[in-house]
Amino acid sequence: MKIFGGIIGVLLLIMALVILPRINNVPTLDEKVKTAASTLDSQYKRRADLIPNLVATVKGYASHEKDTLTDVIEARAKATSITLTPEVLSNPEAFKAYEKAQDGLSGALSKLMMVTENYPELKANENFIALQSQLEGTENRIAVARKDYIDAVQPYNLELRTIPGKWVAAIFYPEAEVKQNFTASQTDLATPKVAF
Amino acid sequence: MLFFKLFISFLFVTLFSWSTISFPKLTSQVVDEAGIFTSEQKSQLSSLLKKHETNSSNQIVVVTLKSLNGYDISEYGYQLGREWGIGQKGKNNGILLIIAPNDRKVRIEVGYGLEGALTDANSEMIISNIITPYFKKGDYFTGTVRGIDAITETIKGEYSAKPKSDNADTPFMLIIMPIILLLLVFLPKIKIANSDKTKKLPFVGASIGGSIAGLLSWVMLAMPLASVVIGIVVFLLMLFGDFENLDFNSNRNNSGGFGGFSGSSGGGFSGGGFSGGGGSFGGGGASGSW
Repeated sequence: MKIFGGIIGVLLLIMALVILPRINNVPTLDEKVKTAASTLDSQYKRRADLIPNLVATVKGYASHEKDTLTDVIEARAKATSITLTPEVLSNPEAFKAYEKAQDGLSGALSKLMMVTENYPELKANENFIALQSQLEGTENRIAVARKDYIDAVQPYNLELRTIPGKWVAAIFYPEAEVKQNFTASQTDLATPKVAF
Repeated sequence: MLFFKLFISFLFVTLFSWSTISFPKLTSQVVDEAGIFTSEQKSQLSSLLKKHETNSSNQIVVVTLKSLNGYDISEYGYQLGREWGIGQKGKNNGILLIIAPNDRKVRIEVGYGLEGALTDANSEMIISNIITPYFKKGDYFTGTVRGIDAITETIKGEYSAKPKSDNADTPFMLIIMPIILLLLVFLPKIKIANSDKTKKLPFVGASIGGSIAGLLSWVMLAMPLASVVIGIVVFLLMLFGDFENLDFNSNRNNSGGFGGFSGSSGGGFSGGGFSGGGGSFGGGGASGSW
């Protein structure tokens, strides 16, 4: 009887010791992921907001680059049609679509910026210089926010997939789902650049 | 399959964070790793930056690097800013002026809180119109001073220094913690220890007491780790402690254990040295080369 009670007591204590420190992990990590996702989304939005001005400025100097400009406008339309809501985060298809749309816009934009190299007058335009620095800054913020998102999702998913956290989640947070993450593309991998 | 992918991405992420950059030590407002300033210029710059910090609470740090080790300066910049925690916590009003003379790269890295005042376009203008013309001539000092002047002029009035009143809740916690601990130690004793059952089953009594103490303190303090410690302490005390002879010595020992972690919430940058205030960076700013 005494041993029995003792065992129950120890078990209770172990359970409390395992669960208590982890009980808030899932919602805490979840909030971090959501914050990181909304930061990332707002940076992407910010980039999209820069584009109409940029396109208008480029058009004034480089009107024969119609195809490149149309590509950018179309890619922008695609990218702004999806928002990174919490539902999207745990929906593989929607998340892939979001990633694809944003990467598509990145590609179209970098092509446009490459084309502008051929127009010295455009490159000297003050408005264009300001827009270009804003675009560069936004791309940089996107890279940072994207890495932050990857870093936020990783512990969250780990918590949901590994043992004590998995149990805690099953008991207290059955609705919690593994979140999607970006497939590391070349731009994300911080490969040291070779400078010639 | 998904698990595998996750594992791979996890590997990537960890590899990534391990292979990150070694940062120089933050010793003062001017960290001259590349050695482009004389000690006189250094102290002149430091005092300029110090003055600005006392007036505005904005932290500006000038750092020169021997090499970027192949990293992009913008990628290096925000990580360095986060590592050092330049800028005040909550305000995120830090700015780094990073100069890599051997790579001929310069960057103004702007903390979250100053991105509105010092836009990327502003930073770009400061770099290309003010800083790099001097750097091209090899005059790092003048370029830096003029650059700092332009930066401080641009961010003027965005923040003001306030008398330090941070962590108002710390003293409160310091007072309340020992009281809670005392209560938690004595309450279960009164309720449980008096019954006959606990004399037969000290383990059950102790574990119940410990669990209650842990739970209560968790609810009250919202600090899971601390409450686990409290729970264990209560459990051990109830199991082995001699409550009839409980004196102040043993109490002092217990609360002594907690002094450590409440102290850690102080921090900041008081004293003689210089350290970051805990600000963060999100990639704002601009880079340039000469």
